[in-house]
This record gives sequence, structure tokens and C-alpha cells, in this order.
Amino acid sequence: MRLSASDLACRRGGRDVFAGVSFSVASGEGMAIRGRNGAGKSSLLRMVVGLVRIAGGRLALEGGDPELTVGEQAHYLGHQDALKPSLSVGENLRFWSAFFDAASADVAEPLAAVGLDALIDLPAAYLSAGQRRRLSIARLLAVKRPIWLLDEPTSTLDAVAQARLGEIMRAHLASGGLILAATHSVLGLDGARELQLDQASLLQAEGQVQA
Amino acid sequence: MSPLAAILVRDMRIAIRVGGGALMGVLFFLVVVTLVPLALGPDLALLKRIGPAILWLAALLASLLALDRLFAADHDDGSLDLILTGRAPLEIVVAVKGVAHWLTTGLPLIIAAPFIGLFLNLDARAAAALVLTLLVGTPALTFIGLIGAAIAVTLRRGGLLLAVLVLPLTVPVLIFGVAAANAAVAGPVPFGTPFTVLCALTLASLVVGPFAAAAALRQEME
Repeated sequence: MRLSASDLACRRGGRDVFAGVSFSVASGEGMAIRGRNGAGKSSLLRMVVGLVRIAGGRLALEGGDPELTVGEQAHYLGHQDALKPSLSVGENLRFWSAFFDAASADVAEPLAAVGLDALIDLPAAYLSAGQRRRLSIARLLAVKRPIWLLDEPTSTLDAVAQARLGEIMRAHLASGGLILAATHSVLGLDGARELQLDQASLLQAEGQVQA
Repeated sequence: MSPLAAILVRDMRIAIRVGGGALMGVLFFLVVVTLVPLALGPDLALLKRIGPAILWLAALLASLLALDRLFAADHDDGSLDLILTGRAPLEIVVAVKGVAHWLTTGLPLIIAAPFIGLFLNLDARAAAALVLTLLVGTPALTFIGLIGAAIAVTLRRGGLLLAVLVLPLTVPVLIFGVAAANAAVAGPVPFGTPFTVLCALTLASLVVGPFAAAAALRQEME
């Protein structure tokens, strides 16, 4: 599976955010998207999901399911955690796992992987920001999708949880998935590539960079 | 559980829990209808004559009450983004959300209507006709309201805009709903004539509502 973009351009609110962005990520590869605030990191991820219209260029997925869009084969972890405060931790995760038609309805295992298994019956309203983020990450584990699009995945996570997320991402890459992550901090992926979004143009650092 | 059943169960759960809109609709309905005899005085003949119209108006306002958060809540917490990456068509998801909303706010109104109708001197025959017209007509109110809720999704004060947008569109439903309820009691038109038009309005809104609302949501996501 290979996700490639050539000459992508983004226009939001009548302003050109970026243009001429090209990248190519294959199964087992991670790519960190970097750039100053407002460079279009989130917009690029939302464009890949299909939530922002592609103003120019081309986005293609080889080796995926031709019946489905890229967004339908991807997990999007945005700034918001998509949790309902009145539902419990388990109910929130069971809902997304059923909505995305997960093969298994078991939520205990993904919750244990992010260290929330003890809180399964607690309403999500009582979770801290970091716990909410971990519950969102559990969604990526409960439903198998090959492409992960992560927007600032490590924000609000403590050092232990960041390390755990690193392990989860490495396991996903090892099982043939691919990851695009917009971040300012260290991702913890060895040999991840970097895409630098700056000055609304491309300054693409090809090759192996320690991300 | 299938994706659509999951949406239905989740929305109904949220509606009946703390902060949900299910009970608010019935309470609002009760308060509005209670105010009418207090304002008009104890003229039983007058109350009986205008009873179905008052109950229909109150049901219309009550069913719009909780509608403004229907998509806005999912938009604000990012759920709508994820729903759009699901494999279920957005039109069907929107329709299922409408059904969940009707089951938690419309259906309780219909169950409460004959009892609240006692305030307005409604006899058994009028109450039965009223329940039947509300049962057929309130889904139309919800599904027309879906369009307004989808258009107002990104607005802070969406509730007011929703009422302004949706109330004019519900006029035909109101006219034929009240006409059918009145016809059953007083005539001279047979009950079937306005009731059939009401059924047609509901069927049309069940089809048009989800498509229009889904189109509005897609536009808003840009």
C-alpha cells in the first residue's frame, strides 16, 4: 500500500495555505509533518481524510480497497477527541468500534493497551485531557484501518503515555500500516521521514531523518 | 451491532441521560399547554374548540426545542468528522439521527398529549384523533427540522436561526394536522381528506429531509 500526493494545494477562507506539496509514504513507513503554526499541517491531514477540498494536485492510494475512499480506510485523530461526556469510557469506545464496523466488539483489550481498563464504567466527563486523548487512541486499536492520520497525537500526554504511543505506532508500522503525523515534538519513530510545510511552499526533506 | 444501530442507541442514550433533551420537550409541552387555560379563562366551550390547535402548536415548538444541538454537539466535539470517515452513507446516518430524536422527543409528546389535553376539555374522540395526527405529523416536523439543524451547525446562536428557518417550512404540516384533528370532532370535512395530505407531507419530508441535511453538512465541513 502506498499513499502518494503530488503538487497538493490547499485554499481555505480565500487564502492559499500551501501549494506544491508532494510526498509518498508506503506500508510500514511513518512521516512526520512539521511546520510553524498555520503552515497547514492540520489542513493537509484533513485533506487526506477528505474533510477539506483538494484545491490542486493529486492524492492517490495504491494497493488499497478501490471501492473505498482514502478517508474510509484511515483513522483520523484530530484535535477534538469525539467523546460524549454522558457516556462511559466503555460506551464511547464501543460506539466508535460498532460505527466503524470493527471485527471484534471487545473493548477491554484496546483500553488495557492505553491504560484505561480500570475506568471502563466511568463517564467520560470525568476524564482528564490526557485520559481523553488515550481513549481516542484506543479507537485506533479497536478498529483495524491501515492508514493513521494523527494531528498532534502527543499533546496533553505525559512522558509514560508518549512512550506507550510510540510503541503503539511502531507496532502499527510493523504490521504493515502507514502513519502521517503532524507534530512539533519527537514522535519516537525510528527512520520516519519528515515533510516540512513552510512559507506555503515545499521544502521537502527526503530521506531518513530521525523524527 | 451495525453502524446504524450504534448511532441510534448512542443518540437515544445521550438524550435520556443527564443534560439530554428528552424530558425537556415534554416539560415544555406541559408548561405551554397549561398556560393557555390560565390566559383564556375557564371557558370550556372555547377551550374545546381551540384545543387541538393549541396542542399542535405546543408540540411543534417542543419538537424544535432540542433540535439545534442535534448536529452541533457532534460538530463541536469532532464526532461529525469521524462520522464522515465512516462507511455508512451520511444521508442514512442523518435519517437515523432523526429517528432517534423523534423517539426521544416526539414520541413522549404523543404519549403525554391525551393527558395534557384534559386541561383543554378534550374528550376521548378528539384526543384519539389528536394522537393519530401527532403520530403521523411529528416525524415530518423532526425531519424538516433536520435541515435547519444541519444549516445552523456551525453557528453559536443556531437555535434562533433554526426556529426562523424551520417554522415557515412546517406551516403545511401544522395546517393539515390541525385540520384533521378538528375534522374528526366537528367536521364538516371528512377526517380522511386532511389526514391523507398530512401523511403525504410526512412521507415527502422523510425523503427530502435527510438528503438536504446531509448536503448542508457536507457544505459546512469545508
